[in-house]
Amino acid sequence: MAEIPILDIQGVGKTYILNDSRIEALRDANLTVRKGEFICLIGASGCGKSTLLRIVAGFEAPTAGQALMWGKPITGPAPDRGMVFQDYGLFPWLTVRENIGFGPASRGRPKAEVRDTVERFIALIGLTRFADAYPHQLSGGMKQRVAIARVLANDAEVVLMDEPFGALDAMTRERLQDELLELWQRTGLTVLFVTHSIEEAIFLSDRVVVMEPGPGRIASAHPVELPRPRDVSSPEFNAVRRDLGARLHSHHAKKAA
Amino acid sequence: MSDVTLTQSTAVPPLPALRLWRHVRPVLLSLIVPLLLLAFWHWAVAAGMTRLIPSPAEVAEYMVDFAVGGIWDDAFSATLHIHLLASASRVYGGFLLAALVAVPIGILIGRVALVRQLLDPFLQLMRPIPVTAWLPLSMILFGLGTQSAFFLVFLGAFYPILLNTILGVKNVEPRLFEAAAMLGCRGNAQFFRVVLPASLPSIFTGLRLGLGLAWFVIVVGEMTGVPQGLGAVIMDGRTLSRTELVICGMIVIGIAGFLSDRLVVLLMNRLLRWSPMHRG
Repeated sequence: MAEIPILDIQGVGKTYILNDSRIEALRDANLTVRKGEFICLIGASGCGKSTLLRIVAGFEAPTAGQALMWGKPITGPAPDRGMVFQDYGLFPWLTVRENIGFGPASRGRPKAEVRDTVERFIALIGLTRFADAYPHQLSGGMKQRVAIARVLANDAEVVLMDEPFGALDAMTRERLQDELLELWQRTGLTVLFVTHSIEEAIFLSDRVVVMEPGPGRIASAHPVELPRPRDVSSPEFNAVRRDLGARLHSHHAKKAA
Repeated sequence: MSDVTLTQSTAVPPLPALRLWRHVRPVLLSLIVPLLLLAFWHWAVAAGMTRLIPSPAEVAEYMVDFAVGGIWDDAFSATLHIHLLASASRVYGGFLLAALVAVPIGILIGRVALVRQLLDPFLQLMRPIPVTAWLPLSMILFGLGTQSAFFLVFLGAFYPILLNTILGVKNVEPRLFEAAAMLGCRGNAQFFRVVLPASLPSIFTGLRLGLGLAWFVIVVGEMTGVPQGLGAVIMDGRTLSRTELVICGMIVIGIAGFLSDRLVVLLMNRLLRWSPMHRG
């Protein structure tokens, strides 16, 4: 029971000061994540879900509380926490191969090792034919596969995903969700996934964390106990969706009242 | 589906004559305006509208003499290569020095607040001063001759390279710094792995403008009493009232400037293959 969690978010808050006015983006967030868990953060815009993700990534420092990884405070971005952005964030001047190799090469890994790693992950995401293409020559789905492979090739233990499939069409989105789950099951990664789709959250995660705006905070957490692979059209799935939807809307109703 | 591919594949390989025409057409189109101007020039001289400007045919004859000699055998016969080489070495020397200084300073101004606060106001104050206004001072500082020409070319090329480098560095998407940082590339390592490649398109725009201006400034630069160079030829032509020499100098500068721009564009398209805006 004394096992150290991979991520431990303790009373984390973030207040921005903008032109002399204080904006509280996140208040007193508490969350413990076990290794290998798939967690979705869901909520309306302004609920602080992206802020929380950026604090875990180390792009922003909390103004209250602390975020720990393996018990140590997070002080900045590092390869053990890879981020997948909605707008991909690929380097346009590098080919697919070079983008995936960017992390290992930056960290001074031997050339032969980088080459092997890159080839393995290109095959894993099925882009062997596009290995020498530049990002502008790829579709949105392909770009996001490269962004995921780039993080995995860099030995990330935690993958942080900020609405990664939000800009994709429905069919590509479903395919990438399936691929992501397969990768997750095969590698034992820990995933923190921001979305505003209830269905996506239930389909993917072990636990759905519901967040609320004004100020942004964690409202509740809901384990999803449906067996995998999950069927979005099954009555059980729909029951969970209805239940979670009702909770989300009751939060909104409370806020409006 | 198969019908579409069939009609397409039969339509794609055109007749050889058609393919040739596709290459020749743009060349022909681009020649129309210069040829019309040449015809007007010829007609205006023949009609006696001016007695100070030689006809295109006369200029062409001088040009041949200027290049290989054997027609007039005066002081300028068969000297084109000497003057061209002198000017080109100043243009490229001044330009390369400008690039070597302006690109690093531009990157620093764009990325480091202290350097920006230190240098930006000063450089903005100096920028509006035209290169021509530097001529007297440059003659005092560097004497009459090559160094002065070199300095003026350097000044002319410096600002477009600097300003475009700053612009390119400032406009690097913040997302790319975050992406690099979470992949383990932080701090100064980002200069070479992110800042430089991301601002390369803008830097190249600056290099193109800078090299163009270097050719532009060379005439002024060579007014300072250098014996050789295309600018010197034009100034000599003016003093000696040899208009055909002036026009020959102008044409050579035009062609040399054009060719050196093509060289930069070629290099640019090669290095910026990744950019959707720089293909072809």
